[in-house]
Amino acid sequence: MKKASVEAVVGVFMLVGILSLAYLSIRLGKLELMGGDFYDLSATFNSVSGLKSGASVEIAGVEIGRVDRIELDPSRGYMARVLLRVRTGAKLTDDSIASVRTRGIIGDKYILIKPGGSDKILLGGGKIRETESAVDLEQLISEYIHGKI
Amino acid sequence: MLFFIEKLGGLSLALLQEMGRMMNFILYSFYTIVRAPGKPFALFKQLHFIGAKSFFVIFLTAAFTGMVLGLQGYYTLLKFGSEGMLGSVVALSLIRELGPVLSALMVTGRAGSAITAEIGIMRITEQIDALESMALEPFKYLMSPRILSALIALPLLCSIFDLVGIFGGYVIGVKLLGVNPGAYFHEMQKSVEWKDIWIGFVKSISFGLIISWICCYKGYYTGHGAEGVSKATTSAVVMSSVLILIWDYFLTSVLL
Repeated sequence: MKKASVEAVVGVFMLVGILSLAYLSIRLGKLELMGGDFYDLSATFNSVSGLKSGASVEIAGVEIGRVDRIELDPSRGYMARVLLRVRTGAKLTDDSIASVRTRGIIGDKYILIKPGGSDKILLGGGKIRETESAVDLEQLISEYIHGKI
Repeated sequence: MLFFIEKLGGLSLALLQEMGRMMNFILYSFYTIVRAPGKPFALFKQLHFIGAKSFFVIFLTAAFTGMVLGLQGYYTLLKFGSEGMLGSVVALSLIRELGPVLSALMVTGRAGSAITAEIGIMRITEQIDALESMALEPFKYLMSPRILSALIALPLLCSIFDLVGIFGGYVIGVKLLGVNPGAYFHEMQKSVEWKDIWIGFVKSISFGLIISWICCYKGYYTGHGAEGVSKATTSAVVMSSVLILIWDYFLTSVLL
């Protein structure tokens, strides 16, 4: 058998290296090569305490997008404005309800969307009007203890 | 007293001179790379030596690093009852820190020492002087292929390290200790961001520069005789390993 040439060995090495780099960046790093299959939505919450950008956006437990950015909206009495990137395939009606929910014992926050019944579809740059804020567990417990519920 | 001050002054002058020489060395190497890139075959030969031949040792270290991360991470996370997070622990520590640093250290030990010894022996046997006397530039034939191929090979080796390590962690965590395979990969994909991959990439490229820079420099300015080459090789390996760790700290604190 002929010994493999230097070029062939280097070629295989480069191929393996570039493939693993591509795997890391596309599968794990979620690098989007095609930018077209997402659209942006925004929603304003009273409080998004604990929510981080990159958190998932779900309908019925199925991930349909991610939280892109969270910013303060001083014009409307210091509310939190959350920008969502939603897959184009997931069409939302304009009466959908977005709520901040907690998953698991560590308190991983995500956004749950309950679809509405209207026939108006939200387009890119649209706004989800109905929102429910993050549930503050400590406040709930203190209200329970002091008998407000 | 005066003697002490003179000694201090001499030491700092020598240090400054050394730093200036190193800076000149790397600037001139880059100038040579841009102005007269050598033959592709010289580059392939160095890629073969620095990259492809390091594959096996990188594979071994990566597999065992990933496996021990899986083991340690599992028993630590078990205390909090969240062994489902194992995937993100293994992936994040590999991609951000261990992948770039360990692959760079292995390449330093395997290829960096060889580079210094090779160039050092060329220097003491006057082969570099022979090149110069024939008006052939030693930088073009010796330095630029090595520096370029280290810059190309290190990021690739680092991503191979990351992947192999993640699968090593998978073998131990999922197959041996019984973590849910879906949880392992889902948590990993959820917690690893594009920024983490990017930081690892930047780190490994800069480590490639550090290794090839220090090792070529130490070989080029080696001392006399066999003893000089052995000293140069030792100090090249020690210096690049220490610099890699220090630079890693600075990059992490700046980029994170």
